[in-house]
Amino acid sequence: MNMHVNGENHQFDAGLTIGQLLKQLDLQPDRVVLELNQNILNTTDNINTELHEKDKLEIIQFVGGG
Amino acid sequence: MIKIKLNEVPLELQSETSLHQLRDQQQLDADLLIINGFPALEDRQLKDGDQVVMIKRGNIPDAEQLEALMMARHTPGVHARIAQSRVGIAGAGGLGSNIAISLARVGVGHLVIADFDLVEPSNLNRQQYFIDQIGQPKVMALKENLQRINPYVKIDTFNGKITPQNLNQIFTDIDVMVEAFDAPDQKAMLTAAHLQQSPECPLVAASGMAGYAASNSIQTKKIRDNFYLIGDQTTAAQPGQGLMAPRVSIAAGHQANAVLRLLLGEKPE
Repeated sequence: MNMHVNGENHQFDAGLTIGQLLKQLDLQPDRVVLELNQNILNTTDNINTELHEKDKLEIIQFVGGG
Repeated sequence: MIKIKLNEVPLELQSETSLHQLRDQQQLDADLLIINGFPALEDRQLKDGDQVVMIKRGNIPDAEQLEALMMARHTPGVHARIAQSRVGIAGAGGLGSNIAISLARVGVGHLVIADFDLVEPSNLNRQQYFIDQIGQPKVMALKENLQRINPYVKIDTFNGKITPQNLNQIFTDIDVMVEAFDAPDQKAMLTAAHLQQSPECPLVAASGMAGYAASNSIQTKKIRDNFYLIGDQTTAAQPGQGLMAPRVSIAAGHQANAVLRLLLGEKPE
């Protein structure tokens, strides 16, 4: 399936979950904010949510320090 | 007649007036007289356009006097708008303590500051605390420091952990929210919770300001409506790459300026 991730088109296997995608990208779920089709998600509640064709996902990663 | 400013207030004087005559007319107990930025050690004739400041050493100006003095150094219209504003700051570490001080100096009228931490010796490498404040709750120490700068800023503090559940009870009626945490999972938690619960209130967050990489790699970016992210977005605090005062305060300066621009109706980025 085709998806927009951080503004770029990517191909993924159908049925990919948010948790699997974050694992592929080597990102820790509790350190990211996700915007799926303009909606902000609770990442930890949506770890098993499946992504779909033409979804638009923005991943904002936070690094430590302040 | 000549026109001068005395303590930032315009004043018309007889042409032959001297500095000491003005002092005697206006403010008998001033013991420090400054003309155009330089201490005047002797009496002298005042000229048109002179800026005179008269200070009684150790004397604390009242709220109105301080407001007039601060307002005079602002672009017209700025002071009145920000004095009415209320800004929330989540985290009182390297970012939050610097941001709060900038906002208090510039005259933001109300601050809400939340943190659960105590001042530790290691904090003094970048956070705006003093050695005699070690062991105090950060929110109390910061409030004390802010009140020494501008006692007329109204400061609400919350000494505890911020969660998605208590966020809206702590940060009530704010115009802008600032994410100033240290831990990445806390940054993500606050950002997601704020964007979900208060999408109409701008959020200024930060990510990536450890080490001593080039200053200009720290940027202010718009991520989506009402969400601005400051930092280089990559440089994490980790062993071998600690947090250091200059870059943390650069990021804090970006955040404070983003807040100010939002309060004044300008785009932060």
